[in-house]
Amino acid sequence: MTTISNEKTVTDGTDELEAHPTPGLAVTATVAKPTSRKRRRTTWLPPLIVFLVIVAVWYLISLFVLNPNLRFLLPLPQDIVLKGFIDPLSFNALIVALWQTVIVSMLGLAIAIVIGVVWAIAMSQAKWIERSLFPYAVILQCIPILALVPLIGFWFGYEFQSRVLVCVMIALFPMVNNTLFGLQSVDKGHRELFKLQGASRFTTLSKLSFPAALPAIFAGMRISAGLAVVGAIVGDQFFRRGTPGLGILISNYSSRLQGEQLFATIITAALFGVLVFWLFGLLGRRAVGTWYDFS
Amino acid sequence: MTVTAPAPNAPTHAKSDTLLDFSNVEMTFPDGTIALQGVDLVVKRGEFVTVVGPSGCGKSTLLRIASGLETASDGTVALGTDRIGYVFQDATLLPWRNVTANVELLAELHGESKKDRAAKAKDAIDLVGLKGFEKHLPKALSGGMKMRASLARSLTLDPELFLFDEPFGALDEITRERLNDELIRLFNAKQFAGLFITHSVSEAVYMSTKVVVMSGRPGKIVETFDVPFPQPRDPEIRFTPEYAALVGEVAHALRKGHGHS
Ligand SMILES: Nc1ncnc2c1ncn2[C@@H]1O[C@H](COP(=O)(O)OP(=O)(O)O)[C@@H](O)[C@H]1O
Ligand SMILES: [Mg+2]
Repeated sequence: MTTISNEKTVTDGTDELEAHPTPGLAVTATVAKPTSRKRRRTTWLPPLIVFLVIVAVWYLISLFVLNPNLRFLLPLPQDIVLKGFIDPLSFNALIVALWQTVIVSMLGLAIAIVIGVVWAIAMSQAKWIERSLFPYAVILQCIPILALVPLIGFWFGYEFQSRVLVCVMIALFPMVNNTLFGLQSVDKGHRELFKLQGASRFTTLSKLSFPAALPAIFAGMRISAGLAVVGAIVGDQFFRRGTPGLGILISNYSSRLQGEQLFATIITAALFGVLVFWLFGLLGRRAVGTWYDFS
Repeated sequence: MTVTAPAPNAPTHAKSDTLLDFSNVEMTFPDGTIALQGVDLVVKRGEFVTVVGPSGCGKSTLLRIASGLETASDGTVALGTDRIGYVFQDATLLPWRNVTANVELLAELHGESKKDRAAKAKDAIDLVGLKGFEKHLPKALSGGMKMRASLARSLTLDPELFLFDEPFGALDEITRERLNDELIRLFNAKQFAGLFITHSVSEAVYMSTKVVVMSGRPGKIVETFDVPFPQPRDPEIRFTPEYAALVGEVAHALRKGHGHS
């Protein structure tokens, strides 16, 4: 992805140079190449080898180390696929739970993004606002969610809303922190440029600080997205009413010693987490990758 | 301390030839640093004034006060125009905007229509020789081209007074010389008054109608030289004895100011 867009810039540069020989005034310098990142040729071989080794060790343990009546501790891979994923009953439960987790985590993430960005923008407007509000962002980050579970349950019930709330609480801090950092690290020369033109607060925010903060905001979003997935699964453990998510499924399967289904659910949760992280990285590169080395 | 920035159509100033008038200006920063002391400086229409001085002697502070970024702690600063261009040492282009969008920025901040600012940007881009690079992002430009874009951005204001703070200081010598030549050409074509900061004596003499020599700690003006060579400058004057003599005098004044005489 990144490599392609970089190459495109370089090629465009050359085309332009040839297409428009510089008129009259000679442009002295040549086009500087954009900071060329090394071609990241993703090699699949080494991770694949590691994967095969893991599977081999897995089979060894499952077959030769574990007593057959303890096999639910580490079921055979083919059993996980057959009973955990392909079996229609397991499959349906898995899809429904996954969907519920997707909804909870992404809704929680969206709310965290909105609140986080607004909170940070408010703090960036004046030092006294920052001094008044930042400590609460830190406190929010430090409260063990577990300590709040009874309260959240009393106030918001034991289903959907409370799970979303847990997601928001877990995902909020990186958004606040990153956005604030981005807004505050605007180049001094750029600020003065706007000041010289008498630009208003709002104009400076919308045309300078906010765009300048976007790389930091997207970096925060990627961290928060991962945390929101964690939040959705953790939230399931406490707030168990309503449609189950992956977290509820996990604890149900583990209490029933259904090893195959348990592993399938854990793998699904992990893959979902990776997918979300990757997607938000992609989103960041799409949004600011042309001018910022987002990686 | 008064700063008079008249409205564009203020009659008393409309025909004034004095675009910048510093009188006994002093600048003491809150930390006690005295950056400027007793500075008298006038820039008139048709003048290109260059300020040379050792680093840290208050040259940037002088421009920051002239532009209103900083307020002098004593003395009077009078401006004869509110169309002031300011080219910083860095190009300060917004990295997410391409050349055209960067050049349009100031007109955009002044709420001009899309059509007007596109026309202004096009003219300015042509003037600085960046035609063909309109869609390039800053990171795809060389240092010299970035400064050209920065210059074009200020040109869209059609400034009457142009402030330059060592604009080409970070560039290699060949690029710098060429940009200096083009700046003089623009000065002659556009009829703005210039206040140009540099630490190169020969550059100062070559470009300007007046050279102001500053000394540091606290920053003051030690001597002012009128440069008699006609504008537009013939690059060949750099090889004449008159030029060499003047460069020698300015360099001498600079050394005296340093306390090395
Ligand atoms: N905001 C500030 N606070 C305190 N001292 C400053 C500030 N800005 C500049 N100075 C000091 O004022 C002096 C002149 O600075 P400056 O005008 O940047 O010098 P020059 O541009 O000639 O190199 C220096 O000694 C510098 O350290
Ligand atoms: Mg300086």
